[in-house]
Amino acid sequence: MAFVNVRNLTYAYPLTKQPALQDINLQIEEGEFVALIGANGAGKSTLCYALAGFVPHFFKGELQGEVEADGKLSSQSTLSEWTLNVGLTFQNPFNQISGAKYTVFEEIAFGLENIGVPREEIKVRVEEALALTDIRELARRSPYSLSGGQQQRVALTSILVMRPKLLVLDEPTSQMDPVGAKEVFSAVRKLAQEGMTVVMAEHKTEWIARFADRVVALKEGRILMQGAPREVLTSDLLFENGFGVSRYTSAAREARRRGLWTKKSLPVSLDEAAEGFGAIR
Amino acid sequence: MNIEIKSLHFAYPDGTEALKGISLTIASGEQIAIVGQNGAGKTTLARHLNGLLKPSGGTVFVGDWETTQHPVAKLAARVGYVFQNPDEQLFSRDVLTEVSFGPRNLGYAKEKVDALAQRALALTELSEKTEVNPYDLSPTWRKMVALASIIAMDTPIVVFDEPTTGQDAANVARIARVVAELKREGKTVIAITHDIDFCAENFERVVALSRGQILLDGATRDVLGQEAVLAQTYVEPPQLTRLGKRLGLKETVVNQEELLQALKK
Repeated sequence: MAFVNVRNLTYAYPLTKQPALQDINLQIEEGEFVALIGANGAGKSTLCYALAGFVPHFFKGELQGEVEADGKLSSQSTLSEWTLNVGLTFQNPFNQISGAKYTVFEEIAFGLENIGVPREEIKVRVEEALALTDIRELARRSPYSLSGGQQQRVALTSILVMRPKLLVLDEPTSQMDPVGAKEVFSAVRKLAQEGMTVVMAEHKTEWIARFADRVVALKEGRILMQGAPREVLTSDLLFENGFGVSRYTSAAREARRRGLWTKKSLPVSLDEAAEGFGAIR
Repeated sequence: MNIEIKSLHFAYPDGTEALKGISLTIASGEQIAIVGQNGAGKTTLARHLNGLLKPSGGTVFVGDWETTQHPVAKLAARVGYVFQNPDEQLFSRDVLTEVSFGPRNLGYAKEKVDALAQRALALTELSEKTEVNPYDLSPTWRKMVALASIIAMDTPIVVFDEPTTGQDAANVARIARVVAELKREGKTVIAITHDIDFCAENFERVVALSRGQILLDGATRDVLGQEAVLAQTYVEPPQLTRLGKRLGLKETVVNQEELLQALKK
């Protein structure tokens, strides 16, 4: 059975009429890396909140359907029980930093302290997590002295250190430099291979195509389409609905319109684009 | 109105040296993007332009004003600054009040305030949303309100801190139209960005920072073509520039049209 089961999920925030999510059905296998794409307001963050239990435990409002992970229903768990298995990073890292700690090291240790992990183990796990996201040199800095992208890495690390079974990331690389963003995708890919289930809302389609197992495209609170990254990201349906895709895909689409691109499929990566455009030269 | 930065040094209270001797002249009407790795000093540099930060060493001139000699409130008449997170910036009960606040605060007469607000609202496609509370808008549109409220101040220089972060394709295109219009009006536009494709398609000059110093400064095409140097500051050339290089094109291409034209040759 799938590790995550979202069944007939419809949800509206308090005092709103239009549901933010409508009739979402989604199954995710253990160790799968699923990317959520869609325009702003399509429901990506809300779906992240629902998977992480913040909907409905923190954001009230009207919920139908259910979210199940690791055989448990979110509606029948408390938020603190749920978050032992499920970790969420917020879109804005500033919302996540505790404000209670003076250094990055302490900030990352905070969650483990809260659940009573022994001191020696905390030290080891924090060191491991700092190495995983390559921020060892920030360990002694104040979280508030960091740039946006660095704070984003700290926020991600403070969740990874908890070793969640399901990792939910809401645009985790939005403020990162390009190489840093790619490294996060690559690190997440590795975690998924080791068995962590990952859902990531993102716009960076070049790295989604390379690292994710599946893409779920949301539009106006509904799933528009889902499938293998290549199939979704090169589809006419996505194009017609104004989704952003990589420059490789859109340049090839335009070349095809002008009769230059002769290959049957459109490219999602530099290698494929080089091969297809190389044939034109 | 030129910006003249000479040997700018800045250290944060915790001792972190964020800027280590930046010298930079930005001419009136230039469109310039500042790129570089996280922690390179991009935001720190930009915050010196409107006096939010004052140099630990060196000088920053905005026109004939040295920033240490003028309060932020006064510099605001010359340099508009759009924050990365709109929620750090918005506080009014409706969009029109928010967008009118800046020009009113600069002491302009009511007619001029209204005209500037309407122009900014039209440019950001917010004309239909003037009565809405900014916090009832989606984050996307809040971002546009933040843009509009700065554009309404009609400053000769506008600074955007990460304008496209978290924005979808439609809104990135909207923001690009705003930049193009400001350019047409002769304004200086300075953007800090990690979105290298956006940078390539909308800016004529690029400054790459690395660890508080200038690594590269020049025409967009020249800077973005230098893959090995950019890698030092964790920046990759735009997708189509990388593709052009891979295809062995002689010239550096930075957008779709250039790529397709070069392939025809």
